[in-house]
Amino acid sequence: MFKYLMAKNEDIPSGASAVFFGFSSIIWFVIGTGLGSFNAAKLAFPDFVTGDMYFAFGHMRQVHVLAVIFGWISMAFAMAMMYITPALGNNKLWSEKLGIWNCMLWNVGLLVGLTVLWAGITSGREYSDFPWPVDLYLASFVFIPLGVNVWMTILNRRTQGIYTTNWFFAAATFMVIIVFLVGNSPEFFHLTGLTEAYLTWWFAHNVLGLWITPVAAAIAYYTIPKITGNPLYSHRIGHLHFWSVVVFYSTPAAHHLMSAPLPEWLKSFASVEGVLILVPAIAFVSNIMLTMKGKWHMFVENVEVRFTITGCLMAIPLNMQGGFQQTRAINWYIHGTGWIVAHAHLALLGFSTFLEAAAVYLGLQTLLNRKLYSLKLANMHFWLLLVGFTTYWVSMTIAGLIQGAGKIYEVPYIDVVIAEHPYMIARWLGGTLVFTGNTMWLYNMWMTARKGTVIPAGRMPHELQYER
Amino acid sequence: MAGFREYKIGARIFGLALSGSMAITLFFPSINIASTASTDVALAKQLSVGHETGFNLDDPLLKGKNKPLIVNLKTDPKTGQPLAQQQTVFVYPAGTPFPAGILHPRILGTGVEELSVQQGHIEDARKEEGAVFALNKAVYQGKEVNFIEDLSTTKGWKPEDVMKVAKDEDVSHAGAGKTMFVREGCWWCHTLLPEETQDWQVFGAPPMQGDFNGESPTAFGSDRKAPDLLHVGSRNSSREWMMMHFFNPRLVQPHSIMPRFDYLWGEKDANGNKIDYAKWRQEYSEYTEGKRVTPPEVPSYASNSEIRSLIDFMLSLK
Repeated sequence: MFKYLMAKNEDIPSGASAVFFGFSSIIWFVIGTGLGSFNAAKLAFPDFVTGDMYFAFGHMRQVHVLAVIFGWISMAFAMAMMYITPALGNNKLWSEKLGIWNCMLWNVGLLVGLTVLWAGITSGREYSDFPWPVDLYLASFVFIPLGVNVWMTILNRRTQGIYTTNWFFAAATFMVIIVFLVGNSPEFFHLTGLTEAYLTWWFAHNVLGLWITPVAAAIAYYTIPKITGNPLYSHRIGHLHFWSVVVFYSTPAAHHLMSAPLPEWLKSFASVEGVLILVPAIAFVSNIMLTMKGKWHMFVENVEVRFTITGCLMAIPLNMQGGFQQTRAINWYIHGTGWIVAHAHLALLGFSTFLEAAAVYLGLQTLLNRKLYSLKLANMHFWLLLVGFTTYWVSMTIAGLIQGAGKIYEVPYIDVVIAEHPYMIARWLGGTLVFTGNTMWLYNMWMTARKGTVIPAGRMPHELQYER
Repeated sequence: MAGFREYKIGARIFGLALSGSMAITLFFPSINIASTASTDVALAKQLSVGHETGFNLDDPLLKGKNKPLIVNLKTDPKTGQPLAQQQTVFVYPAGTPFPAGILHPRILGTGVEELSVQQGHIEDARKEEGAVFALNKAVYQGKEVNFIEDLSTTKGWKPEDVMKVAKDEDVSHAGAGKTMFVREGCWWCHTLLPEETQDWQVFGAPPMQGDFNGESPTAFGSDRKAPDLLHVGSRNSSREWMMMHFFNPRLVQPHSIMPRFDYLWGEKDANGNKIDYAKWRQEYSEYTEGKRVTPPEVPSYASNSEIRSLIDFMLSLK
């Protein structure tokens, strides 16, 4: 990577930045889920590694969350953008060199940001925990260069129209910059009080709704038609998905604070808009499922299709929960409980991770021109992720319902803690399975780069047989 | 360059749609929130924790530096005579940054702003000299309103004089304590937000809309794995209990999953002796194995230790 930093743009092989982003994202995924598993162990066994500030739960929780969001998920997005955007524009990435620098500065910035966070130097705001100098760094050297590369690639495309995936990429990179700068404005301008509290959740909601969800979906709009060979079922439904994300997903931020003293009109408005999130969700899932027509055998036979479709299927419970759990009728019971933690993992570890993993599998094979090293390891990865996630989700959902009952019946809190204990152990086991699966994945992709069978020019990875 | 020419309408509608969302979710709420007047809770909170408790340039490593002190004043700092009535004052030693309400009285809200400026003279407070603030009450347009008074201006009380007459047990380091609360991530499990629905009996009244003016970060918390702490000082005011609970929560609550915060005691105890953590842990595990009848004694904390600030903050949450 370092040898390309000072190279001329035209001397850098096409796809180099996507490959670096791909491997970086997997490494951050291993780190992020490793931290998750460690944190979960501390909730199950409180005296596991104790009395040290740097291994205290309160110092590590946010490092796990931001490592998976800005390391794994966002870098996998960058990887997908850097190879899908030019592929759909029938051109090359606008600047490989910018991409390489982007990748390097991203890794460095995230490493520094997470280190200071680990030391307890935090803004004290959930999801926007990074101190404001780190926020400014991330906006300037991570999101803006990424956006510029994507927009310029699309503007310089050699096709007439712009395909659905690229609408989403162009819009989401723009929106995430806005969300990042506005969401962190309380830190830049020292806005205080309820404004600070509300903007914290405005950021948290929109970084999911205008960045993670649409980009993950955009990836599926590419991978499924590309691998199955079926054209996208409906571009009209794609339009509906896109516009309803922009209009409905950008408005319900206040539903994260339904039991806080925000203005009542704002909570009611957010809650109604929150139910309308079902519109883009249903549009997306049905569009992808209908695209699979006649190719359902690939759900079993092909790794990338299996990951993508599993992720899409998880979008159904995700959005059913998301649409209704924020209404006053349900929110009073489950707000602030493990149910929400389960839901957040369904969004990030269920729905979106599975779609991104597919993109990274497909992208690395395509760009390296190497067939996947081992199908067995990929299958193991899939099942460890799925079983681990499911264990986590089921246990945390049950724990959340227990907490909710404890809350509304005003049970002494310690009884809730005792009742949750078995589910905390299950949560730790689930997280550990996910972590184990990811270490296998890292090995598998490394071996693919080193030893995978070379794919002949003009062929797609899925056209070759798996060998191991 | 293919450009966006086929997408002229789409791009404009996108701009319109996104700005519409921003107007509804940012502009209108901010007007509404900004019009809320501070309650006495908000005034006391911002005076006790100061300008900012998340990352800031006055305390970049979150060590609790440059924070105000709460003093339960019994003696007039100017005359040295006992006060007729004890008074709670918020002491900002020279150089301590003032909270948002002092810097921008506008955020205090109607009534509070006018009284704080006209009667409280808060605009005369100078950071370089430090200031002593207190809460006061007056009638504004027929209603009784709480406001901030700058005692350095109105009474000529200097921070250093107040600290001279104050005994250590009358001083609360709650401001630095909130820094510990934020840095140690207490709020990942302990919310500061009794919910508006079904939380009242155990955790106390949910906060009001005006309870937060000037506070940053609000640290509501979202994932409650432990009791809410907004009113913990009213439920439990025992320093002894807090001390044992922070050193090792299992000493007072065997089923607790809270981490041990023994490291906040620092190197030395109240008497200046080095704390032997290894020995303590050894004896504690003997106790849990049944080899000892009683757990080892929790070392008493030094008056300038981080745990002292944190306990002061806990007790200030009334």
